[in-house]
Formats: sequence, structure tokens, C-alpha cells
Amino acid sequence: MEGFVVSLVIFTAIFTLFGLGLNLQWGYTGLINFGHVAFMTIGAYTTVLLSLRGVPLWLAAIIGAVAASLLGLLIGFSTLRLREDYLAIVTIGVSEMLRLVAINEEEVTRGTFGLQGFPLPLEDLNPNGFVRLLMMALLTVVIGLAYWQGFRWLRQVWKQSPTSELLSSSRVALGYILSLVLAVVGVGFLSSQLKAGEVLPPWVLGALLLAACVGIVLLFVWLGDRATKRIAGWTTGLSIVIAMIAGLVGIWAFGYSLTALYHYNDNPSKNGLMLLSVLLVALVFLGLDRLVRSPWGRVIKAIREDEEVARALGKNVFAYKLQSLMLGGFLAGLAGALYSWQLTTVYPDNFRPLVTFNAWTIVVLGGAGSNLGTLLGASIFWAYDTITRFVLRDIVPLEDARLGAFRVMIIGLILMVLMIWRPQGMLGKKEELTLGR
Amino acid sequence: MVDRFAHQPTGSATEPANVAAPSTPPSLLEARGLCKSFGGVRAVNKVAIDVPVGQITGLIGPNGAGKTTLFNLLANSLRSDSGTVMFDGSPIQELPAHALARRGLVRTFQVARVLSRLSVLDNMLLATQRQTGETLWKVWLQPGKIASEERRERDRAWEILESVGLAAKAQDYAGALSGGQRKLLELARALMTHPKLILLDEPAAGVNPTLINQICDHIRTWNRDGMTFLIIEHNMDVIMSLCDHVWVMSEGSNLANGTPIEIQRNPRVLEAYLGD
Repeated sequence: MEGFVVSLVIFTAIFTLFGLGLNLQWGYTGLINFGHVAFMTIGAYTTVLLSLRGVPLWLAAIIGAVAASLLGLLIGFSTLRLREDYLAIVTIGVSEMLRLVAINEEEVTRGTFGLQGFPLPLEDLNPNGFVRLLMMALLTVVIGLAYWQGFRWLRQVWKQSPTSELLSSSRVALGYILSLVLAVVGVGFLSSQLKAGEVLPPWVLGALLLAACVGIVLLFVWLGDRATKRIAGWTTGLSIVIAMIAGLVGIWAFGYSLTALYHYNDNPSKNGLMLLSVLLVALVFLGLDRLVRSPWGRVIKAIREDEEVARALGKNVFAYKLQSLMLGGFLAGLAGALYSWQLTTVYPDNFRPLVTFNAWTIVVLGGAGSNLGTLLGASIFWAYDTITRFVLRDIVPLEDARLGAFRVMIIGLILMVLMIWRPQGMLGKKEELTLGR
Repeated sequence: MVDRFAHQPTGSATEPANVAAPSTPPSLLEARGLCKSFGGVRAVNKVAIDVPVGQITGLIGPNGAGKTTLFNLLANSLRSDSGTVMFDGSPIQELPAHALARRGLVRTFQVARVLSRLSVLDNMLLATQRQTGETLWKVWLQPGKIASEERRERDRAWEILESVGLAAKAQDYAGALSGGQRKLLELARALMTHPKLILLDEPAAGVNPTLINQICDHIRTWNRDGMTFLIIEHNMDVIMSLCDHVWVMSEGSNLANGTPIEIQRNPRVLEAYLGD
């Protein structure tokens, strides 16, 4: 269990880092980057290839991230003068191109065989009791910081709306989510019983299951729609409840992570990577937080709103877009290094466009233009991924390949519902959407 | 109020707006032979214009005369095909658009363009030139200096917002402002850049009469403090009451220029406006 939680935490941290880069580019600067994984590819391959040639790991990771930001420079110089949609197309093209290069340049990347056996960070570390305690304290501080940020968001929401309204809407939202889970589990349980009993022909069972799924979706979309119309602050309540659940799951994961650090030597490379990635996320989060509140952040937000105005007020729009693209690329490159260490083997297939769209899901889910939202989005995304990977198999009688597709379908459904009820994302600000240009 | 524009070359600053100076003050902005074609259409054809220091200069002409195109050329939002623009003694037509604000030339837009999802105060602060905190690495390296600059600029922004009556809205999103308030914010924001010359594109368009008077009063006050303006406007009352000198464009070329009185009596101007 510990090993499992540790790898969950690592994935969450990596995708938080990855998403923070995208959030900087899209959420704050308004650059539509559909090829974010390109930066990750460059970061991962550069780090791995350099470290295989004996370059120290930390240096290799930094060079990888710098190389990724240089890719940003390249893309930026060729496209940023064009309109936004062109950037979207060029970036997705670049990411696919890089993946194809990685497949075909077998002399360098070993193509589809992938790269294995490269050095991992902290794998030879053998910390004594004191160092391990120090690590645990460090992790506690960082996680505490994250929860404090979440608490600040909650307090701010609480100030904006009347307490009674939020309480009642949260209560309804809790009931809504619980009943949704119960309905899904119930249908799944019933259908697997029926399947085991073999009382019905498979096609009848399949049809029934499909009907039940459609029924549940329609029922809960209808219920939610009614709730949005009747209950003030309902989507806020829903966000609060989901954030709370994510927070509880986080505490549960935190407990396991602490135990894992205590038994550091059971799996040194993973435990070390967990600590490393969580610390890195914390560092980047704090740095970005200061950045987006600074005059620099004000300029990139202005560019997102209307670059003509920013230019008329004396801002070098091109340079700022370039900086944002490069910094976001740098973060994605770092995430790429961590990703390669987590996977321990690097195949070109790890960098399909799906990774980019996972990052988009995370950023949209959490709320564009909110770094805390990206963190929450990544947590929810990976919690969902894990839960469905293990639990769905027991409740939905489908074989693995279809189950995989089913999980992606549900993500699509969640995104659609989100766009209808809460287009600003979980932690986004409603007011920002209702404003005219 | 006067010290706000202390760096200004003060020519006839203390004179009331409508008293014609005995000799014309030196030009702050001087354009010669500006041309711009879009495909086969000559939108601006060998146009010249002078904006004397400390005065309010008007630019009028019927719709489609090329006024806004000329504005875009002066502000370098568009690149001219040929011609020169001298600002404050140096040529600016080759400079990128963003470099002009730093030199003291700022423009507003025909339809007020505010940054909706930024607060009114942030809209103002954005306009400050040469901010330390706008350089990426300095954000982390010089937080103290940035904070003190922000405090200073915030005070200045409050002062300007108060003078245009937007102080109560300072913390709201700019997108929540009404059309008239957006016009005021745009004016205030232009002022925030410490400009020498403000180009106003139809400051009175789509604004109710009371607010037009208010806007005119602000322009007059700021002009008295030494600010130079170039104004495009269709509202003749505004032009006639504000401007020291008026330039008329028609079909992409200069038609006439002179004092408001002269322009009002010029038969060619009347013809261009009313048709024959």
C-alpha cells in the first residue's frame, strides 16, 4: 500500500508541476498550448541521455529544463506574432513531431525499445534515523503549507457568500455525491451478481447496464441542473465538498507517505523521488505565487485580456509572451525529468498527446488562472485515475480495454458537466466569466 | 495638481485653453508625408499634422476620412508606407509600438478598451512605466524595491482615480464598469503613464451629455496643468470648445487646418461634411 501511495503522490506532484506550466501559459497569459507534452519530452530525454553519459543528475535535469525552455523560445519566435489559434496548431504539431523523432532516431533514443537502466536520484541514499525524521518534518511542513493555502481559499469563499447558504448547498452537494456513488456502486454490484449468476443472456445484461448508466447520468445531470437553478451557491458547495473529500484523501495519502519515509530503505529511489518532487512543487508553487501577484503577473494577465492595450501602455507584448512560454516550458521540462525517473523507462509512447490533454483537464478542472486550482485539479485527476483503475473493475463488468475507454468517457462527461455548471473551474472566480470585454 | 506633470516642457501651460497664443509654441508631434495603403485603397495619403506643445489639437473629418488610421500610424499600431513622424525632437516611425509609451506618447481607443478581468486599480498600475517588478527575475531578487514602487504608484493611481470619480470602484473588476466609466478609466490610465502627449480617439463617442461635459472638464484641467492632447472627435461642440487648433481630413488627405472659428467658416470643410 505504501509503495502504491508513494507513486500516486509522485504522479500528482509531477502533473501539478506540469499543469502549473500550462496554467502560466494559458490561464495567465492566454497562450493556447496544445503541445505541452513537447516540453516534457525534451526535458525527459535530455535528462536521461545526459545522465547515461555520466552527467550528474541534478545538472542533467536542469539542462533538460533549459532545453525545454529553449524549445519554447523556438516555438515562440516562429509563431507568437501570429494569432492564438495558430499557436495551438503549431504546438500540437511540434509535440507529435518530437515524439516521431524519438521513435525514429534509434541511435540516440533507442526508438520504441525505450531507454532503461539510467541513474535515478537518491537511490543510493541510506539515511539514518535523524535524517529520516528531518525528511518527515520537511514533508509535513510542505503538506501543511498546501492545506493552509486551501484553508485560505475556503475562508475567502466563506466571506463572499452567506454562511447559511453555503452550509445548505454543501449539505445538498454532499448528499448528491454520496447518492451518485451509491447508485453507481449499486448498479455495478447488481450487474456483476447477474453476470456471475448467468441468469440473463449477455446482450440483455449489456443493454441493461447501458440503460442503467444512461439513466444514472441523465438523472444526476437533471438533479444537478435543478439544483443550480434552485439552490444559491450550489456549485460552490459542490466545489467545497469535493475539495474537502480531496483534502481527506490527501491526509490519508500523507499518512502513508510519512510511513514510507520512515521505512525509507524499503524503496529508496521512489521514496526519495517523492520527497524531491513534493519539495520541488512547493518551491515552484511559492515562486509562481509571487510571480503572478507581481507587476510581471499583471502584465501577462493584461496580455491575456487585450494585448493591443498592453502594447499601447508600453509593454513589450512579444517578450512577455516569450517569457511565459519559456518559463512554462522550463517547468514542463522539470516535470519531464521527474516523469522519466518515476517511470524508470522512457518510451516515445509515454509522450502521446493524451498527456497534454490530461494537463488541460487538470487546469480546466481546477480553474484557469489559479495555481492552487491546478494543485487540486491534479490531486483529483490522479485520485480519480487510481480509484477507477482499481475499484471500477470490481463494480463494472467490463474487460480491461473497455474499462480504460470507459474511464476516459467519464472524464469527458465530468468536463462537460463542469463547463455547463461551473465553467470557471473549481477554484476559479465566477465574476471573471460574466464580465464583458 | 501641477506637480503631477512636473517633467513637462511647459510652454503656454498657464494660459486658458481658448486664448490663442501670439506665436505658435514648438511642435511636440510633427508628421510629414504619411502614407498608408490597404491593398489598393489609399487610406492615408501624404498627410501632415502638427501638435504644438501644451495645446489641444483637434482632428476631424467625415467617416472614412482616415482619422483612425492616421492615429494608428502616429501610435505605431500600424506601420506607415512612407513619411516621417517626429516626437519631442526625434523620429519615432521606426520604433515598436510599445516603445512610444515610455517616450511619453500614449493613445486611447475609439471603443474604450479596459482589461476586464483585472481590477480598476490594476488597470491603472499596469500603465506605470519602468516598473522594476516587470522584469521576470527581479520579481524574486528585489522584492523590497518592487513593494515600495507599488506603494508609491498605488497612491498616485488613487489620486488620479479620485480626480475622475472612480475611486469607489478601484477594487472592482474593470469589466464591471459602465461604458462611460470605461472611458474615464481609459483617460485616467493614459494619464498614469506620465505622458507628454495623449492621443484621444473619440473620447465623447457613446457617452451621455453630462459625462461628455465631465470628460471635457478633465481634459481642460489636465491641459491647464501642461498636458498636450490630440483629439479625434465627431462631436463638434466638443471640438469647438476644447481645441486650440483643428486639422481636417477628407478621403485620406489633409483638407484644411486652422483655429476652430476658421474651420467653422471654411466652405471646403462644410462641403466635405455635408456633401454638395
